[in-house]
Amino acid sequence: MKNRIDEAFKNKPIFMPYFPLGYPDLPTSIDVIEALAKNGADLIEVGLSFSDPLADGPVIQQATQIALEKGITVQKSLEAVKELRARGVDIPLILMGYYNPMLAYGLEKFINDARDAGVDGFIIPDLPMEEAEEFQSMNGDMPLIQMLAPTSPDERMESIARNAKGFIYLVSVTGVTGERREISNDLEDLINRVRAHTSAPVCVGFGIGTPEQAKQVGQLADGVIVGSACVKMIGSSQKPVETAKQFAAEFRSALSGLG
Amino acid sequence: MSTTLLPHKFGPYGGQFVPETLMPALIELEREFVSARNAPAFNQEFDKLMASFVGRPTPLTYAKRLSEKLGGAQIYLKREDLAHTGAHKINNALGQALLVKRMGKKRIVAETGAGQHGVASATAAALLGLECVVYMGSVDIARQEPNVFRMKLLGAEVRPVESGTKTLKDAINEAIRDWVTNVRDTHYLLGSALGPHPYPTIVREFQSVIGREAREQMLMDAGRLPDTVIACVGGGSNAIGVFSGFVNDEAVELIGVEAGGSGIASGKHAARFGDATTARVGVIHGTRTYVLQDDDGQIAETHSVSAGLDYAAVGPEHAMLRDTERAFYTSATDEEALSAFQTLCRTEGIIPALESSHAVAEVIKRAPTMRKDQVILVNLSGRGDKDLNTVIKEMQKSE
Repeated sequence: MKNRIDEAFKNKPIFMPYFPLGYPDLPTSIDVIEALAKNGADLIEVGLSFSDPLADGPVIQQATQIALEKGITVQKSLEAVKELRARGVDIPLILMGYYNPMLAYGLEKFINDARDAGVDGFIIPDLPMEEAEEFQSMNGDMPLIQMLAPTSPDERMESIARNAKGFIYLVSVTGVTGERREISNDLEDLINRVRAHTSAPVCVGFGIGTPEQAKQVGQLADGVIVGSACVKMIGSSQKPVETAKQFAAEFRSALSGLG
Repeated sequence: MSTTLLPHKFGPYGGQFVPETLMPALIELEREFVSARNAPAFNQEFDKLMASFVGRPTPLTYAKRLSEKLGGAQIYLKREDLAHTGAHKINNALGQALLVKRMGKKRIVAETGAGQHGVASATAAALLGLECVVYMGSVDIARQEPNVFRMKLLGAEVRPVESGTKTLKDAINEAIRDWVTNVRDTHYLLGSALGPHPYPTIVREFQSVIGREAREQMLMDAGRLPDTVIACVGGGSNAIGVFSGFVNDEAVELIGVEAGGSGIASGKHAARFGDATTARVGVIHGTRTYVLQDDDGQIAETHSVSAGLDYAAVGPEHAMLRDTERAFYTSATDEEALSAFQTLCRTEGIIPALESSHAVAEVIKRAPTMRKDQVILVNLSGRGDKDLNTVIKEMQKSE
């Protein structure tokens, strides 16, 4: 399997939108993710829905709730990834979801089916380092992206970053997902603290909502993760696919030439 | 890989399934708890509050007329309904609030289902001068109105939760979201023996006062240990508290009673151990345990007439006690609990909480099958004043 993630980071900083499968409905979400991929996204966090997303703010809560009401499942999500690959989407697709639906699907089967579908890695917000052993024992070479937070002390950062694969997901603020009015002044220090422990790319998420903010963060980080703003903008649009194209193009252009 | 100071799992259950942002807070909490427990001054302060503020030890009451009516085992009630604020929840709330003071935090957030833990948290906050925000599902606010008013009187802010099923599970989600946002100055005062490590252990330790007292009182009053100890189980804090006093007495049978709602077959219940089709081991709110869920791993809607038992998961230590068969779990339906509620009112002059009425319902089933020289201890975890509206409505329905 070629390493799409390493490939993606050849041209930094990268743009990483998040979008949940099944929202506002399954066919539209597949079209939206395809449009994001083909119009400037360098990597996409493909969202799996969960009834109790305790790390998410209202926008993603509502979107994933709608996806569940419309009947999204883990299996349909994996089939959708396969469909995206069939449509020629060749950027890294990282599955982002909570642990319980993966356990319910069967962890080993989940990992294998995800790999077969064309998934490049996983982000599981409720699976900290302490609990990752079970997942990793079944996972082969696909990265389980590790998260770091402003509250992580140095020694913790060190032990998490030491084994990081793919990239580091740095949570920029304490809190849940969602846009913030401004980027924290402490972000540069935080990124420097992380870089002291790893040579893996450092991507920043939580609270980035506008191309201007993305540009600001892109000057410091290797990747910019945009979740709630992406879901809100596309979800509220009458023409979600057109909006997705524009959204990706705007963020891509804000980040171009910063590397 | 884990480097916790205390065991962080109960067999395969428990653990710390939380976002990274919260991990340092859990580590700090565990460290503080361990150091507090080894500090005589902390224990003295806790014991003093238990005596002078909560009114401990709570009495053990021999239920003479109920025992006679049922015609079997002799029944004793551990009277947590007589603890200040009307339920066992205050034991843990005060214990954790003292830890909050030690940690130098100024603000607590809490979840509540029936409102008992919310009232206990608001009380502890008022006593110790902490800011308190309580998250409560809007469905629960409607059915436990007196407790909402109580919390407000005590100076707490009650924030209604409109997401998901609008009950306890969603209140916990919101409390965790607040905590993850304000973790630097805020403590999450979790009210039951669930959630990520070290909560199940901390809550058990602060509630173990129930079991210690009850064991001594049984030996004093009945001259022997009970044959059977019965408690209701939502998250399971009152049950783990009373069980902990007897878990090493192998001859003592431990029985937990879950909410059977409209009956297991109806699908409308909260019997995590009682329903093999929808309860499987999973991860919710930071812990691995038995969880009511659908085939896709989405957490199921639960139902119980008692808000305090209306929750899709059970504390991880109960999952272990069940697997090892040290404890047995059964359920009582809404109807059985309501009937037990009335029975206890009329035979003993005690109005129990609807949660505790589930334990009484099991006593009513079990006592007649036992000999008169046998003894049942039931943990009467709370009083029923808060439930009067619900009970009136349910009684009118069945008339």
